[in-house]
Amino acid sequence: MDTREKKNIIAKRIARSLEDGDVVNLGIGMPTLVANYIPDDIDIMLQSENGFLGLGPKPEAGKEDKDLTNAGGEPVTIREGGMFFDSAESFTIIRGGHLDKTVLGALQVDAKGNLANWMIPNKIVPGMGGAMDLVVGAKEVIIATLQTTKKGNPKILSECTLPLTAKNEVDYIVTEMGFYKIENEELILIEINPDYTVEDVKNATGVELKISEELKEMIF
Amino acid sequence: MSKIISIEKAAEKVKSGSRVMIGGFLACGSPDNIIDKLIENGVENLTIIANDTSFPDRGLGKLVSNDCAAKVIASHIGTNPDTGKKMNDGSMEVELVPQGTLAERVRIGGAGLGGFLTPTGVGTVVEEGKTVIESRGEKFLLELPINADIALVKAWKADKKGNLLYRKSARNFNPLIAKACEMVIVEAEEIVEVGEIDPNHVMTSSIFVDYIVRSEY
Repeated sequence: MDTREKKNIIAKRIARSLEDGDVVNLGIGMPTLVANYIPDDIDIMLQSENGFLGLGPKPEAGKEDKDLTNAGGEPVTIREGGMFFDSAESFTIIRGGHLDKTVLGALQVDAKGNLANWMIPNKIVPGMGGAMDLVVGAKEVIIATLQTTKKGNPKILSECTLPLTAKNEVDYIVTEMGFYKIENEELILIEINPDYTVEDVKNATGVELKISEELKEMIF
Repeated sequence: MSKIISIEKAAEKVKSGSRVMIGGFLACGSPDNIIDKLIENGVENLTIIANDTSFPDRGLGKLVSNDCAAKVIASHIGTNPDTGKKMNDGSMEVELVPQGTLAERVRIGGAGLGGFLTPTGVGTVVEEGKTVIESRGEKFLLELPINADIALVKAWKADKKGNLLYRKSARNFNPLIAKACEMVIVEAEEIVEVGEIDPNHVMTSSIFVDYIVRSEY
């Protein structure tokens, strides 16, 4: 399976976990792929932290609007029923508990629900943007990440070693191998991609893995 | 007194060493004409307060890349490699602030408040040096207001008094910085007669605006 396929599996599985009526913020990078797979029969309001609700797909070539971009600076559209606002209002929505779910990428995530996704000291310091507010403010935090780094090291650890984005805030992790829940500082595998064995998953995870008694097959 | 001035006159008001808030989110809603004129004027040692440092060739990113800034306070610098380079070689200071915290610090800077409590950053490096206060059984960081000498605001329409409309996601930090600075200069795409903007729709009141310039591009 190539990286692109893995990312699409993750995006598809997360899209299936969204519920009708959810207000959702998708982070930059892999999380934005989730929007491609939202089922047609549910109504999801996507929030864009640069200042609107009702984020729509990319415009057709030639129909880009310089005044309508997503939080990554790319041209997008707004759906009917959406609205624009300023940055203070945007983070009132995010911090104020008005966001049902946020989907974010990770450099590292751990069984305590800690997330590190904003810097690698002395290497890359892009800044946290809205990530710290999103992780603290959203009712549910879903991490979309490949199971391991390019070098094959686990990204799910017993304790993050990189500077944290937020502490004890992550609820779910979705990788190409499985769907995990974090509960009482334990990492629990609740769904497994049938292409992998439990042993494969354990070997690619940097913390003790609890297997749910009702372990299901991951459908995407 | 007319608030409408030329871009040249507007840019002259921004002296080297000024503390400047600039609107825009990755160059969307950015006062590009004034920015270009500042570079032409060779201003230096600005302290820039903005959401991000954009790209080297767009928006306020050009000010960073053309050595106009001594310090930047922003939430994201990753799209402009020059910001990281200058931060690492020590030629420019960078203070990173979570985006929601930065927006609210600017908002309360214009609202006469002395600070606010946010859960954002608790247990991270953002907490370092800050007062932690418990409220309703949870930990919060005390964050302080932020103000500046000059706001460079980008609007879609301004009436001749300075009532403003922003367009789509170009609004972002613009209405917030317009209330947090000593002097507010607006670059507007269109300048219309007073009364042409319905009071129901005005997004920033003319009382906050000192000068208006017309965008040439």
